[in-house]
Amino acid sequence: MITANTISKRFGSFQALDSVSINVKKGRLVALLGPSGSGKTTLLRIFAGLDDADSGELIIDGLNANGLKAKDRQVGFVFQHYALFRHMTVADNIAFGLKVRKGPDRLSKSVIQGKVDDLLKLVQLSGLAKRYPSQLSGGQRQRVALARALAVEPRLLLLDEPFGALDAQVRKDLRRWLRRLHDEMGLTSIFVTHDQEEALELADTVVVMNNGRIEQIGSPAEIYDHPATPFVFQFLGNANRLEGIVKSGEAFTHGWSWPAHGLPDGPAVVFLRPHEIDLNSSRIDAQAAKIRHPLILGPIVRAELEMPDGRFIEVELSREEFQSINPNEESLVKVAPKRLTVFAGSIMSTPNLGGSQEGDDYEI
Amino acid sequence: MSKSPRWRAASILPGFGLTAGYAVTYLSLIVLLPLSVLLLKAANLSFDQWLTLLSDKRVLAALRLSFGGALAAGFLDTVLGLLVAWVLVRYTFPGRKIADALVDLPFALPTAVAGIALTALYAQNGWIGQLFVPFGIKIAFTPVGVVVAMTFIGLPFVIRTVEPILQDLDLDVEEAAASLGASRLQTFIYVLLPSLAPALMAGFSLATARAVGEYGSVIFIAGNMPGVSEIAPLLIITKLEQYDYNGAAAIAVIMLAISFSLLLGVNILSRKTRSGAP
Amino acid sequence: MAAIDSTREPKWVQILLTALALLVLALFLVLPLASVILQALAKGWGRSLNVLENQDTLSAIRLTLEVASISVPLNLIFGLAASWAVAKFSFPGKSLLVSLIEIPFSVSPVISGLIFVLLFGLHGLVGPWLAQHDIKIIFALPALVLATVFVTFPFVARELIPLMEEQGRDEEEAALVLGASGFRTFWSVTLPNVRWGLLYGVLLCNARAMGEFGAVSVVSGHVRGLTNTLPLHVEILYNDYDFVGAFTAASILALLALVTLALKTAVEWWHRDELASARH
Repeated sequence: MITANTISKRFGSFQALDSVSINVKKGRLVALLGPSGSGKTTLLRIFAGLDDADSGELIIDGLNANGLKAKDRQVGFVFQHYALFRHMTVADNIAFGLKVRKGPDRLSKSVIQGKVDDLLKLVQLSGLAKRYPSQLSGGQRQRVALARALAVEPRLLLLDEPFGALDAQVRKDLRRWLRRLHDEMGLTSIFVTHDQEEALELADTVVVMNNGRIEQIGSPAEIYDHPATPFVFQFLGNANRLEGIVKSGEAFTHGWSWPAHGLPDGPAVVFLRPHEIDLNSSRIDAQAAKIRHPLILGPIVRAELEMPDGRFIEVELSREEFQSINPNEESLVKVAPKRLTVFAGSIMSTPNLGGSQEGDDYEI
Repeated sequence: MSKSPRWRAASILPGFGLTAGYAVTYLSLIVLLPLSVLLLKAANLSFDQWLTLLSDKRVLAALRLSFGGALAAGFLDTVLGLLVAWVLVRYTFPGRKIADALVDLPFALPTAVAGIALTALYAQNGWIGQLFVPFGIKIAFTPVGVVVAMTFIGLPFVIRTVEPILQDLDLDVEEAAASLGASRLQTFIYVLLPSLAPALMAGFSLATARAVGEYGSVIFIAGNMPGVSEIAPLLIITKLEQYDYNGAAAIAVIMLAISFSLLLGVNILSRKTRSGAP
Repeated sequence: MAAIDSTREPKWVQILLTALALLVLALFLVLPLASVILQALAKGWGRSLNVLENQDTLSAIRLTLEVASISVPLNLIFGLAASWAVAKFSFPGKSLLVSLIEIPFSVSPVISGLIFVLLFGLHGLVGPWLAQHDIKIIFALPALVLATVFVTFPFVARELIPLMEEQGRDEEEAALVLGASGFRTFWSVTLPNVRWGLLYGVLLCNARAMGEFGAVSVVSGHVRGLTNTLPLHVEILYNDYDFVGAFTAASILALLALVTLALKTAVEWWHRDELASARH
C-alpha cells in the first residue's frame, strides 16, 4: 500500500537513510525497529510528507507521492510528544482535521460533533471532551493524539515512538489496546520504536534498521529465530558474543562444536543466548564451569559462568532450575549450549552493541 | 523528488520565503539603510577634519561628560542595583511585589517626563535639592545632575540582570562556607560576589551603554553649557541645526563605536555568566 | 534550623539593608513620579484641567496617538514575520539576523533621529529630490513615524522569537498533516500559543512609542499644534516656564507609564509560562 524505492536522505554530513527500499502491504501493523540514528523516524516522516527525501521514489496506493504535500496524503501522524494543540480542548483537538476541510468536503457542525463523540468513545475518553491537554495524564494525551489522527479517516497511520514517554505499566496497557484497535479497524499502520519487546509483541512485520539501512524484514518469530545479521541478533535480546572458527561446515568455540552448514571456512562470530544454556549437559563436549555471582531476580536467576579458559559467559535460568542444581561456590557444572547462532566473519568487524539499548530522545 | 535547497533544512511549514523576505526587507529599510547613511556621511570627513573634530575642546568636553557620567552612573547603578536586587530576592516585606514591579518604571516612563521630574526634584528649590543647599552642593544644572539622571535610567538594567542569577544561586555553597567558619560578610565577599561578578559586569555595561546615549532624561537637568555640562547628544543636535551634517554624523559614529564595543563586552560576559553560573 | 540561620544575615542587617534599598527605590523611582503629579496640581485642579483643554495639548495627544497607531502595528507585523521565520526554520545567518534586529536598542535616541535627517533632511541624501517633488518627510508625520518605528523596532520581535523557539514546530506540523493550510495553521495554532507574549511585546512597544522623546525631537521641527507629540509638548511648555502645563502633560504620560507597568506586571504574574524564557 505504501512503497519506498531506494530512498536516501542526509542531514548535513550525516547520512540518515541510505538507499532504503520497503513495501508495506495493506492492513498490516509494521514496526520500524532500531537504535538512535538508525533512520527509522526519518523514514516515517518521509512517509508522512513531513520531510523530503533527497532521492528515491515514494508510492502510496499505486500513485507517485513524491511531490504530494502532507495535508493531501490522507495520512495520520501521531507525534512522539503528542503535539496536542495546547490551547484547544480535547474535543477541538480531535475535531481540528475535520474543521479545516474546505469546499465540498466540509462537514456540518453536528456531523463533526458526532464523529468526535464516536472517537472519544473509541479511545475511552468520553468524559474528557472539555478538558485541556495540560489537565491530562501522559496516557490520556497519547490517546487524544491518536483520536485526532484517526478523525480524518486516514488510509495510513504513522506513529513515532508512541509509548516512549510513558510509564512501564501504561505502556503495556496501551500496547495491548493499540493492537486490539488495529485488529478491529484493519488500518495500515507503521510505528517507530527502539524497544524490541514492543516491536516483537505488537507488529505483524518488523523492519530492523541500523545506520540508515535495513538489516532485516520479517515476522517477529522470523527475525528472532533466524536473525540475518549479528546486529539483528544482538539488538533483539541479550547475547554472549563468542569468537570461533568454522571448519568444514562445523563451528568451534569454547570447546563446543556446532553445525554451520554453508558457511565458509574461517573466523566466525558465534552468539549464545543466556537462557539457551544447558547446565547439566551430557554432551561429550560439555565444558566444566563454575557458577559465579548468582543474582536472584524474581522468577529468574542471572549468573556468570567461569569457563575453563578463564572467560566469563552470562547465563540466565529459572529459579527452579537453579535450585535443582543447588550449586555452591566451588561446584562445577557441565555446560553446553542449547543453541548457537553462527555468522561468518571476524569478531573484530562485528561491533559489540553493548548491554542495553539506548533511548531515542533525539531521533533525527 | 521535490528537492529542497541545500542551504536550508527542509521544512513543510510554509511561508518561509514570505516572512523571511519581508523581515529582511523591513530590517534593511528601517535600520540598515539609515545607519549606513550615517557611516557614509561620517566618511565624508577628510582625515584633517577628523583630527580637528577630535581635538575640538567642546567636542571633547561633551564626550567626556557623556561617557564619564555614564561610567560613574554605571558604577553607582551596580552598587545600588546589587543592594536592591539582594533585598528583593532574599528578603520578604510588605509591598515587596509592588517594589519589584516599580523597578521597571524607568523602562516604561517617557524620558522627557523623567527629565523634568528629576530636574524639579534636584533643583535648589526641589525636595531633594534643597537638602544640599546648606552644604553648598548644587545638583541640577551641573554634571552631578547628569550623573543622577543617568543613574535613574540605568538602575533597572543592573537589577534585572542580577535578579535571576541571585534567584538561581544554590544555598548549598553558602551553607558550606558557614560550616567552615566564615561570617556572612566573608561569605558574601569571597563566595557570592565572585559568582555574581559576570552578571554585575553585564548590568554595568548595559546601564552605561544606555546612559551614554540618553537624551530626554538628561537634557533638562544638565546645564547644557558648552564645555562644562553639555552632553554629546545635544552637541549632535546643535551641529544639525547648523547644518553641519558631517560633523553630527562623525560624533554619532564615535558614540556608536564606543557603545557597541561596550555591548560586545556584555555579550561575551553574558556567555560566561550562562556557562559559569553555579 | 541551624542551616537556615547560617545563610541569613543578622536581623538588624536585614532591616538596615531593606531600608536602604527602599530608600534607593524611593529616591530614584517613587519621588520623581510623585513630583510629577504634585507639580501638576501645584496650582490646583482647575489650572491642570485647563491645560488639558488647550488646543495645542489636544493636538499633541492626537499626534502621539497617530504615531503610535501606525508604528506599533508595523512593528507588530514585522515581529510576527521575523519570529515565524527565525523560530520555525533553520537557515544560515539566523543569529546574525537576530543580532541585527537588536541594534536599535543600543542606538542613542538622538542618533536614531539623526539618521533620518541624514537621509531625508534638506541636505540629506534624498533631501533635494524630496524638496523638488514637494514631499514632506522631515518635520512632518512620516519622519515621526519612521523615527518611532526605528526606536521601537525590536520590542515585539525579541519577545516572540525566544517564545516561539521554545514552543517548537510540532504543533504546526501536526496541523499541517491534519490538512490545515499554512495560514490556518498560523492563525489557529501558532497565534493562540503566543498571545500573551505578543500582548507583552505590544505593551512595551506602545509605551516606548508614545513616550519617545529624543528621536522625534530631532526630526520634528517643533511646530506647535502640528508636529509636536505629547513628550515634545512637555518640553515646549517647560521651556516656556509653564511648569504646571508641562507637568500636567507629563502626568498624562506618567499615567500611561503606570498603566503599562500594571498591565505588564499582570501579564507576567498570570502567564509567566507563556512569556519568553528570557524574562525573569
